[in-house]
Amino acid sequence: MGMTYAQKLLAKATGAPQAAVGEVLEPQVSLAMSHENGALVINQFNEIFEGTGREAKVWDASRIAIIFDHRVPAESSKTAGNQKKIREFVGKQGIKKFHDIRGDIGGICHQILPENGYVRPGQVLVGTDSHTTTHGALGAFSFGIGATEMASVWALGRILNVEVPATIKVVVNGKFPAHVYPKDLILYIIGRLSAQGANYKVLEFHGDTIKNMPTSGRLVLCNMSVEAGATSGLIPPDEETLRYLRVEAGVKEKIEIFGPDADAVYEQVLTIDASKLEPQIACPHTVDNVKSIGEVKGKKLNQIVIGSCTNGRLDDLEVAAKILKGRRVADGTRMLVFPASWRIYHKAMDMGIIQDLSRAGAVVCNPGCGPCLGIHQGALADGDIALATTNRNFKGRMGNPKAEVYLCSPAVAAASAISGTITDPREVK
Amino acid sequence: MKTKVAFKIGDDVSTDIVYPGRFMATVLPTETPAFAFADNADFNRKLKSGEVAKGSAIVAGKNFGCGSSREQAVSCLKGYDLAVVARDISRIFLQSAINLGLNIIICPDIDAKEGDELEIAGGKVVNLTSGKSFATNALPKARQAIIDAGGLIPYTRKLLPNA
Repeated sequence: MGMTYAQKLLAKATGAPQAAVGEVLEPQVSLAMSHENGALVINQFNEIFEGTGREAKVWDASRIAIIFDHRVPAESSKTAGNQKKIREFVGKQGIKKFHDIRGDIGGICHQILPENGYVRPGQVLVGTDSHTTTHGALGAFSFGIGATEMASVWALGRILNVEVPATIKVVVNGKFPAHVYPKDLILYIIGRLSAQGANYKVLEFHGDTIKNMPTSGRLVLCNMSVEAGATSGLIPPDEETLRYLRVEAGVKEKIEIFGPDADAVYEQVLTIDASKLEPQIACPHTVDNVKSIGEVKGKKLNQIVIGSCTNGRLDDLEVAAKILKGRRVADGTRMLVFPASWRIYHKAMDMGIIQDLSRAGAVVCNPGCGPCLGIHQGALADGDIALATTNRNFKGRMGNPKAEVYLCSPAVAAASAISGTITDPREVK
Repeated sequence: MKTKVAFKIGDDVSTDIVYPGRFMATVLPTETPAFAFADNADFNRKLKSGEVAKGSAIVAGKNFGCGSSREQAVSCLKGYDLAVVARDISRIFLQSAINLGLNIIICPDIDAKEGDELEIAGGKVVNLTSGKSFATNALPKARQAIIDAGGLIPYTRKLLPNA
């Protein structure tokens, strides 16, 4: 029987000819990523070796990546202590894929991994971050795990108990109308499937719209697949994947690509006409509470955030700058921008994007997770309403359970900054 | 086992609700329980004061533990030996709960109120207060093996190469 892309990736990583849905496997891990929560992984890792008389050594230092992004630079001595503990561990174990707090190689893990060519088609990639689904955009079976699970991976080099998931095939055809972006598409999909609709399953994306979409947009789709509960979001690699890896990520080695079998069996097929989509908004307090922009426009906003592992890439900043250039962020509204990496930040400076955003009144912060998860910068006051290009709007997410967070594309965020209310970018003159 | 429902919550309860992001610099299982359900001041206080007896149950709806992979959301509940009886549980939370030995029961039709007494045994949850009985879903065998080993740390220890 034909296999889905997820089945083929898991079969390959187990060295088996088949991987049946529901079967429990122990695939080899190609890349294991952590961020500041590596401090907990280290704690659990050391505990595994306790009393064994053996040296606590990772299985393969070249397959471990650690990127500081959740609170950079450290907001507290506690975080600084965690980062210090990780820095010492990295040195001792000889981990080279380490991105410290630096203005050259730093950034958000889900941008750093792709842009440095660490992610390759055919990999099994795990991360102690739920948005590890992002890397399915480059054809890697990638998913989030807990810190103890990661400690086990560091020790063994394989991940225990991976149940081969069923797959929902998402077929998207048609050209996006003006001011409609991959973010609108994934919000629409989450709205249709619900926050639980893809639990324990994979979303595998197909169709003309995906074929013509640059990797930057594909990363958005896979990044937010987890918001429908998906274990992984996958895009079978193609010409665009190879272009990204060669041209943007500078990969020189041979890249082998394959896709799902033509007779693969899917649990469900979701067909979408991209040409009929409108800008979408996820309303408080769940990501599947999705509405077309017409239903919520005019809502007054206290804070606007552009950035994150979802929408902090160069084309996102470019769209926002185009709308905001020569205009002004409304009084009473704060606008914060978090590019996804310093590489992106530098390109945006070269193109004048940072200057345009800043002159319009936006505060351009350093790359990092910023206010997305409410632990570092840009916390909200009681009663504040925020509009963000980030990925979650759960109660308390931006640091305050008495505030509200709406999610949208960078175009909607920029258009809304001018008026200080939720605004349809199609109506900005 | 017999337990009492200390807290009842609905569907799609995210790990941001169980363990808010602003406490994520705290990572050690010995320290995380202080911030369990920190944004629910009343329940957090009852946990910290010991008003909620060890071994009590949280009854939840569908998709419990969705969102972030933060393991603090599991260890903070484990610190009070709470049992989670949910209609279903999000993937990462479920695996982390198994790894850390948090008592989780998947009970697709569970119906109970705060204060109800539950008896959990033999593939069902009996609500002793209402008299109703609800079937539970067994965990996959491979996962049960981790629980039987006492969690993923001892389980992995046994698998270390050349050990």
